[in-house]
Amino acid sequence: MPVTFAEEKTPIAKFTTLFIMEIFQANNIVKEYAGHMALSSVSITVKEASIFGLLGPNGAGKTTLIRIINQITAPDSGELFFEGRPLKAEDIYQIGYLPEERGLYKKMKVGEQALYLAQLKGMSKKDALKSLKYWFEKFEIQAWWGKKVEELSKGMAQKVQFITTVIHQPKLLIFDEPFSGFDPINTNLMKNEILELKKQGTTIIFSTHNMASVEEICDHIALINQSKKVLDGQIDQVREKFKTNTFEVTYRGEISGLHQHQLGNHFNILEHDESSQLKEMKIKLLNVQSNNELIKILMNQIEIVSFKELIPSMNDVFIHVVEQNNLEIKQ
Amino acid sequence: MNKSILILKREYLTRVKKKSFIIMTLLVPVFMAALTVLPTYLAMMDDKEERTIAVYDPTALILNKLESNEFTKFHYIPEQEFQELRKAFKSEKYYALLHIPTNILTTNRAEMISDKQITFDIKNLVTNRIENIIEGEKRKQVIDETGVPDLEKKLSATKTDISVETIKMGDKGEAVKSSTEIAMAIGYAAGFLIYMFVFIYGTMVMRGVMEEKSSRIVEVIISSVKPFQLLFGKIVGIGLVGLTQIAIWIILGTAITTGLAAFVGGGSAETAAQAQNIMSTQGIDQMASAAPAKENMTLEIIHLIGNLNIPLIVSSLFFYFICGFILYASFMGAIGSAVDSDEDAQQLMMPVMMPLIFSIIILFAVAKNPEGPLAFWASIIPLTSPVIMMVRIPFGVPAWQIILSMVILLGTILGSIWMAGKIYRTGILMYGKKVNLKEIVKWLFYKN
Repeated sequence: MPVTFAEEKTPIAKFTTLFIMEIFQANNIVKEYAGHMALSSVSITVKEASIFGLLGPNGAGKTTLIRIINQITAPDSGELFFEGRPLKAEDIYQIGYLPEERGLYKKMKVGEQALYLAQLKGMSKKDALKSLKYWFEKFEIQAWWGKKVEELSKGMAQKVQFITTVIHQPKLLIFDEPFSGFDPINTNLMKNEILELKKQGTTIIFSTHNMASVEEICDHIALINQSKKVLDGQIDQVREKFKTNTFEVTYRGEISGLHQHQLGNHFNILEHDESSQLKEMKIKLLNVQSNNELIKILMNQIEIVSFKELIPSMNDVFIHVVEQNNLEIKQ
Repeated sequence: MNKSILILKREYLTRVKKKSFIIMTLLVPVFMAALTVLPTYLAMMDDKEERTIAVYDPTALILNKLESNEFTKFHYIPEQEFQELRKAFKSEKYYALLHIPTNILTTNRAEMISDKQITFDIKNLVTNRIENIIEGEKRKQVIDETGVPDLEKKLSATKTDISVETIKMGDKGEAVKSSTEIAMAIGYAAGFLIYMFVFIYGTMVMRGVMEEKSSRIVEVIISSVKPFQLLFGKIVGIGLVGLTQIAIWIILGTAITTGLAAFVGGGSAETAAQAQNIMSTQGIDQMASAAPAKENMTLEIIHLIGNLNIPLIVSSLFFYFICGFILYASFMGAIGSAVDSDEDAQQLMMPVMMPLIFSIIILFAVAKNPEGPLAFWASIIPLTSPVIMMVRIPFGVPAWQIILSMVILLGTILGSIWMAGKIYRTGILMYGKKVNLKEIVKWLFYKN
């Protein structure tokens, strides 16, 4: 079952959601390829000016969903909405797509090619040239204009490809593994560009296996496993949901006095490290009790230096959810 | 549609701007023209060396009748000088010594002496001229002996030249002079042109599709345009590249050939005039010789070509050209989309190209018997009809057959485009899977 979080809406939050439009929505998308189920009843909702992480293991159906959004393939059944109305053929001009497997015409010159791709996205030659000039200057790559793509390095070609993806100022951008092939400096540059685009109001669907970058830039995620959506929600809420009530405590003093009977059945010490002056331990809260209760018990025995609840990383969530789901499917 | 034109423009311009295209397009007509004109030109290049030939003629039969021309002069010498030269031909002044024996009328022999190997042209010239003079002399003797008035004219009138003309009866019973040879030549040329064009440019479509697939740019493009628009733009764009090349070949080829022909022909007209001049002074007209006859033949060929249904031939050439290309190009585009490697492409290309190759194999048989059942069926079946119908048309084909062939071809094209679009759509996004024909047929029934 997909885990969805009903957002608790305060009156003020309700008020603001009226203005946060859903730019894209997919309802119960089903796609089957010759006996192989690629998507079974997947629904997603993407809010305007947000970054939506589309996650899932290899072969889960992410690329199929992305291709359906791009109207490269059509779903067998299901509904697609763009800006609140059914998706139309012309909407592809409002979408920019950077596929995972990318490439350009090797024998074509960089400038000509960028211009061609911009025109295919519905831009006039004049607008395209103006816009290209801006981006080429921004990335300081004017010198590449007359070069053939085959003369560029992989990273250079990726930059050109990024420009051709965003050139027509689409309302919705779809990036499939946008950072692959970039060095750390360029990865950072691209990340900043993406965040900048979001700030300007562009909505971004972001598909990646790099969970660290998901935590860093995504607002909302959906996790697809074996053609089904298994998780969906705001990223902080998702992580909150999968927290294991584990705490990391740094302290001074002895916990030898802190015996199991004192902790009762409520807590469990998972790890204990007394090798250095500052001692550390991990404690798991067993039944629902407040953090303060734990602190109260600890305070009596030791001097607390730091007390931190461990929130799972997206990486942990991903692995946990997918493994759990695979197990359920097997049974 | 707008996007298709954009794609078409790119496909066209990137290919036309290629160095290899420009070189091929410019060099082939030059090469072809050189191939046709050069041998004629070389043959026309007479040696322009001035030669004087000493003539000793005790019979006085040809005395002063041997006309000198621009480069070859005849000089009559007395007996004494002849004896000297005969003993040991060593002369700065003369190229050769021509000796007319006294009994030439009975032996038909003369001799030419030189210290060099006498050239073929000189030998021919001298032989021809002496022959003419002696023939005229003999004839005059006969005429004198018989004493029949105007015998000379009457004898000339008996000269006959038979040629069998092939005449094709038109629909309305009008007789049209035709030439089997010319119909054959035009049929071969047209059939072969279509074959070459379809093969070369069909393969180009396949390569183009494969390039887009293997460079992975295709996914970006089909997120902007429909796959069918991309395929359509590519096929039309490449077809136009082919038409451009052929148009340039025709224009350049004609220009170069006419230019060279004018250059060479100017010279030949001169020689022809000279030859005629000589003959009229000799009073011998039955030799009305080679050069004017050649001119007549050219006129005759032009006339015969004019009798062919040129508008029909040209318009059907274009029709079969374009339709044949689209038919095979759509197959090739589909194949290009389905494969990942050249080897796989070769393998799938073979069955598709078989009918085209087959039509070249039967080309000669069809030209020999353009009304036979093989010719008929091969010109109706759409996979072979572009080549074979073009071979038949110069011979004259009933209108209903042409119309039937064209209608079937057009219908097949619609089918092949639809099919190619279906296969293409699935194929271009399919990687790392070795496909066979069975698999491809399955794609036809995929919904999207």
